[in-house]
Amino acid sequence: MNRITEYFKSLLLIELFKGMGLTLGYMFKPKYTVRFPMEHIPRSNRFRGLHALRRYPNGEERCIACKLCEAVCPALAITIDSAPREGDGQRRTTRYDIDLFKCIFCGFCEESCPVDSIVETSVMEYHFEQRGQNVVTKAQLLAIGDRFEPEIAAARAQDAAYR
Amino acid sequence: MSAQPTTTAPDLVNIEVDGKPTQIRKGAMIIEAADAIGVAIPRFCYHRKLPIAANCRMCLVDVEMGGKLMPKPQPACATPVADGMKVMTRSDKALKFQKDVMEFLLINHPLDCPICDQGGECELQDVALGYGRSVSRYTERKRTIADENIGPLVATEMTRCIQCTRCVRFTSEIAGTYELGGMNRGENLQIGTYIGKTVETELSGNIIDVCPVGALTNKPFQFKARAWELIARPSIAYHDALGSNLWLHTRRGEVLRTVPRDNESVNECWLSDRDRFSYQGLYAADRLHAPEIKRNGQWQQASWEEALSVAAEALKSVPGSELGILASPAATNEEGNLLVRLARGLGSAHVDHRLRQLDLSDRPVVARFEVPVAEVSQVKGALLVGSDLRYEMPLLNHRLHQAVKRGAKVYTINPARFGFNYALAGEAIVSPAALVDALLALAKAAVADGASAPAALADAIDGAQHDEGDRDAIAVLKAGKAVVILGEAAATHPQASWLRAVARFIAQATGAGYNELPVGANALGLGQGGVLPGNGGLDAQAMLAQPRKGYVLYGVEPPHDFADGAKALAALGAAQAVVAFSAYASPALREVANVILPIALLPETDGTLVNVDGLAQSAIAGAKAPGEARAGWKVLRALGGLLQLAGFEFDDLAGLREGITERPQPAHGTTLAPRQPSAVGTLVRLATWPIYRTDAVLRRATALNAHPINRPAAVRMNANDAMHQGLTAGAQVRVADTLLAVAIDPSVPDGAVWIEAAHDLTATLPPYGAAITLSKA
Repeated sequence: MNRITEYFKSLLLIELFKGMGLTLGYMFKPKYTVRFPMEHIPRSNRFRGLHALRRYPNGEERCIACKLCEAVCPALAITIDSAPREGDGQRRTTRYDIDLFKCIFCGFCEESCPVDSIVETSVMEYHFEQRGQNVVTKAQLLAIGDRFEPEIAAARAQDAAYR
Repeated sequence: MSAQPTTTAPDLVNIEVDGKPTQIRKGAMIIEAADAIGVAIPRFCYHRKLPIAANCRMCLVDVEMGGKLMPKPQPACATPVADGMKVMTRSDKALKFQKDVMEFLLINHPLDCPICDQGGECELQDVALGYGRSVSRYTERKRTIADENIGPLVATEMTRCIQCTRCVRFTSEIAGTYELGGMNRGENLQIGTYIGKTVETELSGNIIDVCPVGALTNKPFQFKARAWELIARPSIAYHDALGSNLWLHTRRGEVLRTVPRDNESVNECWLSDRDRFSYQGLYAADRLHAPEIKRNGQWQQASWEEALSVAAEALKSVPGSELGILASPAATNEEGNLLVRLARGLGSAHVDHRLRQLDLSDRPVVARFEVPVAEVSQVKGALLVGSDLRYEMPLLNHRLHQAVKRGAKVYTINPARFGFNYALAGEAIVSPAALVDALLALAKAAVADGASAPAALADAIDGAQHDEGDRDAIAVLKAGKAVVILGEAAATHPQASWLRAVARFIAQATGAGYNELPVGANALGLGQGGVLPGNGGLDAQAMLAQPRKGYVLYGVEPPHDFADGAKALAALGAAQAVVAFSAYASPALREVANVILPIALLPETDGTLVNVDGLAQSAIAGAKAPGEARAGWKVLRALGGLLQLAGFEFDDLAGLREGITERPQPAHGTTLAPRQPSAVGTLVRLATWPIYRTDAVLRRATALNAHPINRPAAVRMNANDAMHQGLTAGAQVRVADTLLAVAIDPSVPDGAVWIEAAHDLTATLPPYGAAITLSKA
């Protein structure tokens, strides 16, 4: 008896139509696909993307070359040289390189920073065209910071209560 | 009942620290006993080499005596041990007090660790981690203190000071200069110089080490790196023959700073500024990065193959008897030995390292100290002959300073009133021309006291006049353990053979030890290793007086490194072939050399130096030599191989060292230079090598050269002589075609002008002891 039922089920392609029906159902449901890069899915304000060095509102760079980020970096991606700054003798970096090939985007640098200077922005769309471009320099990091400062500041403000 | 010893030596007591029984000498403090058995007690003001102040109160511990607990905790650094004492360093009460003291110390300490150079190696940071609260309860204003500029070596940030007074005690007890002190009291206590002067002690760098916080930090190293980035490599200081042990702190092959390495028999835990800050000279602008060859008067960079073949051709072009080999007295034993092999292979007997000594007639070979460095602090009497000891060997002077604090009497016979950081019992300050006479007077006093003079000296001693002071000095030298120290100002004197002979006689006659300072960091090792004229060979002075056709200069910078710079330049300039092994290319070297082979300096090479006690200390390469520069022994090996000489078959350092055979210590001769009658009315030059200009590296160490004890070149004379010459302070005078300023210096005796050597302006002037004529510009 059971075998006869199975025979007719397969003869009438019932499983096939069930599957087709499921597919047909999805045709009328709203789409999950995001048309990247025109569309983005919402990102957490804690998203850890491309790094940036921030400045104070008066234009002074925040970084004081304490080297905690360099020390805490588990991938040894950060290289810092420091010296007294020409003119006022303040403790400043003369070189601040992040090797993005080494970086594992763990965010420890940002957590260790006593002056909220090194941050990870939500930027994740970037590419390198030449060897060596994977090492971002201090000037580049500051430029990224300048460009995204409103966004960075907003994200930090949102998260401030939980820090 | 227990396994504890029931009987103790009379000077030991039994105590118990945290339940661990231990024995310690009577009079010791609890903290010493705890340190000895590895119980850590937090402390800031206690330092084992400094007197006890007990002002930080961090080391409070619970003490139980005779079964009764003392009502209050006691400071472990200032509580002497007593038999049967029980110490609890981590009882609830002790911990509570320690935590409370920590909170008080942090009240006024700024929270600026991220920008503080001490961060990561800070005693306050470490102790705060263990004893501090995580949140401050202090909401009032913190105290701030304005900074003083105390010179180019030490950076100050006195707001961070926790008033432990270690630096104050260091300058008073160790440096002996009393330059730092505490002003005001209570919360307003400030450490400083009060008048905002530079800290001028030659040991000032040590206040950086003793400071437990970041109030005093290393200025040349300021903001360069963190302690955790640095790799420490053991090395040896190479600016004086004490051979202080030190750590090179390097990052990516570059020396970023130098700190002392403890060695009780050499430098204890100290380091002189000269050894600490000289590393800056390694990275001077004129450091050579590649071999260079002079072609048609033009210098060109070359490959090693090319440069070595040019050097080999140059050496082959002159006969061995016409080749002079001049080595730096700071060259290592290995390099010295290879130079001897090179000389032997090329058939030259003219090898020498005694470039700064004018009188070599007694074939001087410096021996090791008869009173070892560590015992100098226990002497009861000392005689310094021609020695600016404080600037010639700062840490030996520190040992003598400690002896003086214990009651030793120090007498000096000097060609100028050199500065000492302790009171002298007597001094004879005479013109360089009269230095031998002054020493003979002392010898006369010894003879009068019953000693018999050796035949060679008998007539001269007989003719001398001694006085009360000479008799006192002899009595002190005879009374107890004593030392006669012959300094560089005597060893480089034009009548040095006399000074050596008479000083040695005085030492023998009084039973004192004879310590002769080697002129150069490895003069002892090179002398023992036979880097000396061979049979029929000319010494360093004769090689220049009878110019050779070819020279090998090893680590030598003409004219600064020569006793008579002008003569050296003339001889080198006239030679047809000069092969220079040098780390630097100075204009004068480029002028005389045909080829310069860049060699590594001691921090960048493996080598052995022999210190004043005869201790052979090996340093290993700690830093990377710049560019194409190579270790000197490798360059010599390559050159010797190219010339196919015997003794250059080894492949590595071990092979090189195997080939170095013990040789009998050459005896110094007894020939004395003819006495020169001191002409009346002429001015005689006193030449000393200034503390921060004794070698090529130091002359390029920028921070040291900016320090006020590195004085600008000047003609120093006393007011009396200046008046006779019609000169006033600041006037320009011409000395052998060089214009120099006159400085009135009361420390210079009549008949002498003190013109320091090794300045660019003074290196080619008539040498030490020469008559000087001054003409107004």
